[in-house]
Amino acid sequence: MAEYKDAVIIGGGPAGLAAAIALDKLGVHDIVILEREKELGGILRQCIHDGFGLQRFGRSLSGPEYARIFIDEVIERGICFHTDTAVISLSPDRHVKAVSPSGLIEYDAGAVILAVGCKERSRGSIMIPGERPSGVFTAGSAQAYMNLYNRFPGHEAIILGSGDIGLIMARRLTLEGVHVKAVFEILDHPNGLERNIAQCLDDYGIPLFLNHTVTDIHGNSRLEGVTVCKVDDCLRPVKETAEFHSCDTLILSVGLRPDAALLDGAGIMIDPRTGGAVVDEHFMTSVPGIFTSGNGLHVHDLADFASLESEHLAVSAAGFLKDGLHNEMDVDVSCGNGVGHIVPQKIHSADGFSLSLRASSVMDDAVLRISQSGKDILRKKIRRVRPSEMLMVDIAGGLVSPDGNVEVEFI
Amino acid sequence: MLHSFDAVIIGGGVVGSAIARELSRYDLSIAVLEENTDVVCEASGRNSAVVHGGFAYDRNSLKARFCVEGNRMMDQLSSELGFRFIRCGKVLVGNTDEDMKQLERMMAQGFDNGAEGLELIDDARLHELVPAVNGRFAMFSRNSGILDPFLFTINLAENAAENGVKYFFSSKVISIDCRQNSYLLHTENDDFSARWVFNAAGKGAKAISDMLGIEGYRVIGSKGNYLVLDKKLGPLLPMPVYPVPSNTYMGIHVTPTVDGNVTVGPDAITTDDFSYYGVPADKMEYLRKSASTLWPHIEKKDVIRTFSGILSKWIDDNGVIQDFRIEVRDDIAPNAVNLIGIESPGLTAAVPIARYAISLMKERSDIKEKKDFNPFHRNVRRFAEMSDCEKSRAIASDPRYGSLVCYCENVTEREIIDAIHNPLGVHTLTGIKYRTRAMMGGCQSGFCQMKIEQLIEKELGMRPEDVRYMRKDSWILSGKMREGIDG
Repeated sequence: MAEYKDAVIIGGGPAGLAAAIALDKLGVHDIVILEREKELGGILRQCIHDGFGLQRFGRSLSGPEYARIFIDEVIERGICFHTDTAVISLSPDRHVKAVSPSGLIEYDAGAVILAVGCKERSRGSIMIPGERPSGVFTAGSAQAYMNLYNRFPGHEAIILGSGDIGLIMARRLTLEGVHVKAVFEILDHPNGLERNIAQCLDDYGIPLFLNHTVTDIHGNSRLEGVTVCKVDDCLRPVKETAEFHSCDTLILSVGLRPDAALLDGAGIMIDPRTGGAVVDEHFMTSVPGIFTSGNGLHVHDLADFASLESEHLAVSAAGFLKDGLHNEMDVDVSCGNGVGHIVPQKIHSADGFSLSLRASSVMDDAVLRISQSGKDILRKKIRRVRPSEMLMVDIAGGLVSPDGNVEVEFI
Repeated sequence: MLHSFDAVIIGGGVVGSAIARELSRYDLSIAVLEENTDVVCEASGRNSAVVHGGFAYDRNSLKARFCVEGNRMMDQLSSELGFRFIRCGKVLVGNTDEDMKQLERMMAQGFDNGAEGLELIDDARLHELVPAVNGRFAMFSRNSGILDPFLFTINLAENAAENGVKYFFSSKVISIDCRQNSYLLHTENDDFSARWVFNAAGKGAKAISDMLGIEGYRVIGSKGNYLVLDKKLGPLLPMPVYPVPSNTYMGIHVTPTVDGNVTVGPDAITTDDFSYYGVPADKMEYLRKSASTLWPHIEKKDVIRTFSGILSKWIDDNGVIQDFRIEVRDDIAPNAVNLIGIESPGLTAAVPIARYAISLMKERSDIKEKKDFNPFHRNVRRFAEMSDCEKSRAIASDPRYGSLVCYCENVTEREIIDAIHNPLGVHTLTGIKYRTRAMMGGCQSGFCQMKIEQLIEKELGMRPEDVRYMRKDSWILSGKMREGIDG
């Protein structure tokens, strides 16, 4: 019935491809990548802008070009992959069930690697009031319509949220002749990378209004316009500032969350801060032998980091396949002052590891302190701290002891 | 263009489609004129989807009578038409002496109305039925239930179409000429002549009644807003939980859906604007707070969508809400069955209402039953509901069953294509959504709407700018970016 594989990698985007290649390099050859779309590459397929690969390859590539490098290597190495193959269930004993045009496929896996990516917050999930006309798109679906399907989403657009895809879409729409009237951001700082503010908005004269949000959507058929309000310090709209802006297209770039669809069925513990799994420094979830990385674990700024993280994961997964589970300790990592979320949330060994975190607010000249039972593990001065920029800190081996939580905070 | 039919039904909502389906048992040519692009765009698709017990309506009212009848026949309708109906029961939860008195009144009224399976239950039994509920006692209505509000109406309509009824969409009736032995109905497009007319226009029923010459009805709208919660909440709520109702308003309740979501609502706001379905921010918070006093699991992070519906209530000069009115005014508009004030429990009561409306026609006209009426309807077969064995067989029979389009709800390409070729010829995105559940999941169409739009273009040979979301003018795309590039 079920075929055995040393590793089943769920997702063929930047995280899954990198994990597969790294495992193969480490001598784990009996692996398979399951990709639900008709081609490998994940969301990179629709990211035709450049800026990918700067960290990793030292040059700026488009999303499809970046993905191609990995896809070529997967093919060259003869790594097995199936496209149009969607995993519909994952059990705690690493039984994977998938659907494909050739039938139901089942695997028993030595290790499962969840590289499932993230999904966009929708209008419903942030509860934008108003009517329900057509013309309200998440940035990713507008991007897919344009870049994968050659379709215009509308004539005149307003963008809510300054996440990176929203900024990229502001430029993309403008270049294609769609009038982008403005970008509105509820927070007092942009949510996307600074380079995207400069290259996607400033260069095209698209205004960005901070501390503003959409409070009403108008139109019974197609979108006719939106009401925008300033917000106060508690992010509550100030009614007196309401202004109507006509538009036929509203693009939502209001945040990404890991796709957690498979976690519940496998009994994997979820971190409400990231929305993804709780993992240890080896990227192992609370279920032994199930690992996760990339945007399916926590949302990254750059695909490069997702790939890198997955290569670290591969080392751990290979170790698990060879030696089994060896937890030496069980230490929680907790978020202190100014820390939005952190990965890993657990430490199970004295090995060195990389810690990723996002700040919860804008800070200048902050000091990041990592400590255990009041004792410093690391202090690092950081000149500019932005929630939109993920921070990564390497922790050397032997610094964490089995006793007491590790606390991460800004002081 | 002029079309001639024996009977024309104005309005393709749940009541219009129930009339269409029940009337298609007879040897008649029948048309349904629907203003929208599908049959569930208004109140029929915008409600709590609860099958009521019949205790909450005045004694001797049509509402009580048809509600009890509709409740009793729901199992049979569900098995004939293939929509999901779950007789899960429901509780009306109380805390005070006053609540208890009102529940006792409901019990007595329910008994007189013929509603069966009602009992008062104590704290222990209540928490056995719904563990997380807040309340000291309740009335348990064993026979209440929930159904799929989209497929109930859609399947009535599609079954009617399979039995020969013609549906005309985007066909709002703008005027009616009453002639000697027939009616001439003018729509935005075509004209229709009919010997019999049924006014099942819901929110437009008063306007149609006026066109028929039956004037003077006062109708107000009662708008209810709802929140929809993620499917993970469904298992925590085995049945609808209501507060103690009055005779005119059910109160804000929490209701599981047949698919495992939970809806929260509705409030009830009087309106005369029957086309504004916007949900205001303050109402969302109010719903959450109000329903949280009944059931503690309503959190903002689990809201996936909001919606609203508007009930059309017939009121008298003092503003008192009236019963259903189903009439033939032989003096003013012979051969026209006029339905006014069809509000809640119209969903539960739709088929009895339809049969009663047809009985008024039968009293005045000799109509013969067909021999070949087929009461059975087959849905788009749902991959997600198949066993593994059935899934394998389905994929072997058509590989498009193995290609997922909607990842949240596990809807396959084959199902989307089946839905695109529905018997009514509906081809909006929401039409596909209601028939398959694609786009109803946690990501709310983020990954699949593009693929579904592409399949609509491909299957029907449509241009991108002609594909619609729900309403006539709700275009989705403004066109191709580059000519000569496919895809």
